Amino acid sequence: MGLFLFKRLITLLATLAGASVVVFLVLEVLPGDAAQMLMGPDASPEAVQALAVKLGLNLPPMTRYWQWISGLLVGDMGMSNAYSSPVLDLVLERLAVTVPLAVIAMVMTTALALSAGIYAASRHNQLGDTGLMGLTQIGIAVPNFWFAILLILLFSVHLQWFSAGGFPGWSEGAGPALKSLLLPALSLAVVQAAILARITRSAVLEVLREDFVRTARAKGLSRRATLWGHVLRNAMIPVITVMGLQFANLLAGTIVVENVFYLPGLGRLIFQSISNRDLIVVRNCVLLLAVMVIAVNFVVDVLYAVIDPRVKASDV
Amino acid sequence: MSVSVGAAAHPPVTLLARALRHRSFTIGAVLTLLLLLAAALSLVWTPWSPYEIDMAAKLQAPDAHHWLGTDPFGRDVTSLLLVGARNSILVGVIAVGIGLGVGTLLGLLAAARRGWVEEAIMRLADFTFAFPAILSAIMLTAVFGAGIVNSIIAIGVFNIPTFARVTRASANAVWSREFVLAARACGKGPWRITFDHVLPNILSALIVQATIQFALAILAEAALSYLGLGTQPPQPSWGRMLAEAQTLLFQAPLLAVFPGVAIALAVLGLNLLGDGLRDLMDPRLARKR
Repeated sequence: MGLFLFKRLITLLATLAGASVVVFLVLEVLPGDAAQMLMGPDASPEAVQALAVKLGLNLPPMTRYWQWISGLLVGDMGMSNAYSSPVLDLVLERLAVTVPLAVIAMVMTTALALSAGIYAASRHNQLGDTGLMGLTQIGIAVPNFWFAILLILLFSVHLQWFSAGGFPGWSEGAGPALKSLLLPALSLAVVQAAILARITRSAVLEVLREDFVRTARAKGLSRRATLWGHVLRNAMIPVITVMGLQFANLLAGTIVVENVFYLPGLGRLIFQSISNRDLIVVRNCVLLLAVMVIAVNFVVDVLYAVIDPRVKASDV
Repeated sequence: MSVSVGAAAHPPVTLLARALRHRSFTIGAVLTLLLLLAAALSLVWTPWSPYEIDMAAKLQAPDAHHWLGTDPFGRDVTSLLLVGARNSILVGVIAVGIGLGVGTLLGLLAAARRGWVEEAIMRLADFTFAFPAILSAIMLTAVFGAGIVNSIIAIGVFNIPTFARVTRASANAVWSREFVLAARACGKGPWRITFDHVLPNILSALIVQATIQFALAILAEAALSYLGLGTQPPQPSWGRMLAEAQTLLFQAPLLAVFPGVAIALAVLGLNLLGDGLRDLMDPRLARKR
């Protein structure tokens, strides 16, 4: 396990370094004159030059990259032009919305998908299975932002149970804050749950055909005990892999859904920073999201090896 | 003997007959055909001009003149949906084309060369997954501005690792077959084998994957347009129609329904078509499900 973890850690660090280089190249080097871009085409050359010096854009790219990375390592993300405050403070404030939103959505996804997938597999080719799988096909086809709008139409416009958007802040208490995250999380979860339910069903069906399941039943274990005691642990291996990829999709999905519900999260900050031409914020936020995706994939890789020892045996 | 009797009793079923009996394939094919027909029709005819603003006719409910009503600028929703289908298909075809072209080449190269080339290509593919299409599009938009071209590039780039992985996995399976060994024994080089034997044998897997990626491209384009990063006005787009409709949920809730239904039906059709094609091309999979 030690060697496996070491190899995975090296890959993780290389991927993180690669991601930072890509973000830097695309957002800092590709635009050519970033100061001109920030100030717009009408700015005077003197003003552009002054901003370039202020932001250190006159330095060579390698120096700027190193300054950025060494700053990140000590928690310094630089200053936002539009908000005139440290980027780190902005990011931490927004993460307090995005992370709970993604976690609630993931919990909902898992609960919905596992129950639907296991139910469908246990009633293979019966009405419940066919109906649920038909629903999942529709779930996969529905864009999450449209589902979010439909939820607003039903629960905010017609029933008036929830507000159509906004976030009261955690200072108002956990209840109102969580309530404002429920519809956004549900709109993120339903689509992902539809995908995961299909994978769960296939994985459970696959394991149900294994010899050891027949043996377990032959030795007198009930169908339920076999399912919970033997089938699920083995079926969870592909399910967990997909869950890791889905968390990445959920994080990307928050960018869209936060805009539907006007939630002050990381996605909305990125979006507003593009409009404000605040490239420093965009650069740090994009890298942060990419790092979160990479980190989740790393955790999934390790979990995968813990659940299925054959993985690390073949990989070391 | 029993084999010949069985064969006589059950004449070989053609692929078309099997396809028509396959429920997912049939529904998917019909929905996809409707999408293509809507896009083709919009090239020669729309009930009204999708670009003509008529404030006197704004926010009309569906009636005999405007079958699905009008938007806040008085434009006919049916016409906007028809032209929107064309834009969705355009983005889907080019984005999938980029992914299919580059990804397939990389996957074939990885399978033909193996060793460090394969390792490098696959690690690069893993790495690209760290930047979902939306994130790539945001980066491109932040630098070059919003537009349909940048969204196509972003979605296309995100498709490359998917096709590279599928190609490499399928191609590796073909490379281990006896007929490839025979071709090598005849003196054929790796690239000759790749294009003469490997590529034709993995085409079905690539077609199935292309159908699924097409559906994902339509979803991604709709999301980017909803955010204002994709197709720009005055070009109609299903995603932007939803963004405009969201500001009028109390006055005209139906405006938020039609474009969403169009996206969902297009994606559902392509997904079902992909599922059906997979079953038809590999009946063993269908029996397992």
